[in-house]
Amino acid sequence: MVKTAKVKGKKRIKLAPYMLLIPWFIGMALFRVYPIIASFINSLYQFQPIRGTREFIGFDNYTRILFDFPHFWDSVRATLTYVLLGTPLVLIMAFFVAFILNFKLKGVNLFRTAYYIPSILGGNVAVAIVWSQVFGGNGPVNAVLSIFGVDPISWIQDEFFAPFTLIFLSAWQFGSVMLIFLAALQNVSPTLYEAASIDGAKKTRQLFSITLPLVTPVLLFNTVNVLLRHFQEFNSAYLITMRGPNRATDFLVILIYEYAFRRMQFGFALAMSMMLLLIIGILTLIVFITSKYWVHYSD
Amino acid sequence: MQKRKISKTQINAAIRYVILIIVGFILIYPLLWMIGSSFKHNIDIFGNLNILPPAGRWTFEHFPNAWQLTSRNTMVFYYMNTLRFLIPQVVGQVISCTLAAYAIGRFEFPGKKIIFTIVMVTLLMPELAFRIPIFMLYRDLGLLDTFASLYIQNFFAVNSFFVFMIIQFMRTIPRELDEAAEIDGCGPLKTLIYILVPVLRPIIITVGLLTFMWGMNDFQGPLIFLRSPDNRVLSLALRMILQDYEVTHFGQMFAAAFMALIPTLAIFFACSRYFVEGVTQSGGKE
Repeated sequence: MVKTAKVKGKKRIKLAPYMLLIPWFIGMALFRVYPIIASFINSLYQFQPIRGTREFIGFDNYTRILFDFPHFWDSVRATLTYVLLGTPLVLIMAFFVAFILNFKLKGVNLFRTAYYIPSILGGNVAVAIVWSQVFGGNGPVNAVLSIFGVDPISWIQDEFFAPFTLIFLSAWQFGSVMLIFLAALQNVSPTLYEAASIDGAKKTRQLFSITLPLVTPVLLFNTVNVLLRHFQEFNSAYLITMRGPNRATDFLVILIYEYAFRRMQFGFALAMSMMLLLIIGILTLIVFITSKYWVHYSD
Repeated sequence: MQKRKISKTQINAAIRYVILIIVGFILIYPLLWMIGSSFKHNIDIFGNLNILPPAGRWTFEHFPNAWQLTSRNTMVFYYMNTLRFLIPQVVGQVISCTLAAYAIGRFEFPGKKIIFTIVMVTLLMPELAFRIPIFMLYRDLGLLDTFASLYIQNFFAVNSFFVFMIIQFMRTIPRELDEAAEIDGCGPLKTLIYILVPVLRPIIITVGLLTFMWGMNDFQGPLIFLRSPDNRVLSLALRMILQDYEVTHFGQMFAAAFMALIPTLAIFFACSRYFVEGVTQSGGKE
């Protein structure tokens, strides 16, 4: 009796993980693998939205994007400006605040929670509403500037400042990144600092020789995450600056959205989407390849 | 000498507190300003930094107006519509991600490495890249403009972020626990439900809460998949008032934004522990 149960149990366990993964297999096939294949195939077609037909055109969508569609390059520039300024800003702010919170201060939990609120509200449309007024012509930001004698800035309508309005909104949501840094900092063994102070290392020296190297694996994780989040930013540019002014915030995801869902030119939109994937892929690859030189693994 | 040293550490601590309080105030100010402005007359809102309305000039008229969010429907209607896709999203996400994480985190089987790699790679892929082909698929299946189009995916553990999060948490639970259950004759599913789920409770709650919050904030999904006014969810309705009210009804706009954020804020304050711990987990130890 006992024996058969055991054999039965063993057999079940061998199959068990696959059974448990059935939903996952279906999900990956239907919502991840199929979309990538379908994306590529359909990017070789031209869609006729009115007739609902499509026509094979080879790589024409791609050549048109590269050589005959300046809006694409405007969007590449807008996206990269946002990504390359926003990512470091979020990382630096998050690390700085985590570093201060890591000193054993009273009330750390309260601050931790308060700093996390913007991350939770994140892309909510209500936040976009508030942000567009905070940075509006007579809003509080300009009111602060006027105290320092600075003329009001049209944060939303000015080509130079509009991207910064959105970058600040992203920086405002640094909380979740900060929490991950903080957890890493709290894992650094205090004996390392004790040994360093006995050796006479100053606090700044300790920061650069002990703290920073030990959190680099988490820095890599955060960098890739924040980078991807910035590439995908849609709500703020769509709702606050409304892609303008003069396309300064017309991010690639919004251009793709327009061509796919407003103009129903799926082939063209998908070709742009493949280009976006390529750009993201190249940038993440650069981060990973260079990480060999700046990520420090302790074990 | 001793005295000087103490005062120096005290000064350092004071500087840190000042920085933390200033940063915290700047972060929370936009929200306080939003709340305060929803009680102000329009002329009192701009051109100053005040959070509260001037003394004796409080007004409560914006709230009833904002409650009637659009000419067609009140806020309740949009909240209910939002819940109609949010609740299935949360349920599906929690169940499917726990199952997948259990299989990957607790079993040794051929192909496990590949599966874990796929989880990590899909972690790096932007959601939008999948949305166009899924839209075309749903269009062919007649699923457009249904709430199902927003939550079907959640039943298939496609969100690798959450699968990964649960795997990380599971690593901290000793394997002896499920081995003991196995010896007692529990099958894998029973082990999961009766032994692991009670221990996994905090991370499961985190996954549910984060799914809820992301769904609440999602604007792109409803914008793409929903069409008819009857299916309009809160984020879409709020976007309409952003366009319509802007001309004059500022107080009303702030009141609407405030009311739209109340549930999110309430849930956050009630469960902030789960959020903070969950995010800390996701960073991983390696």
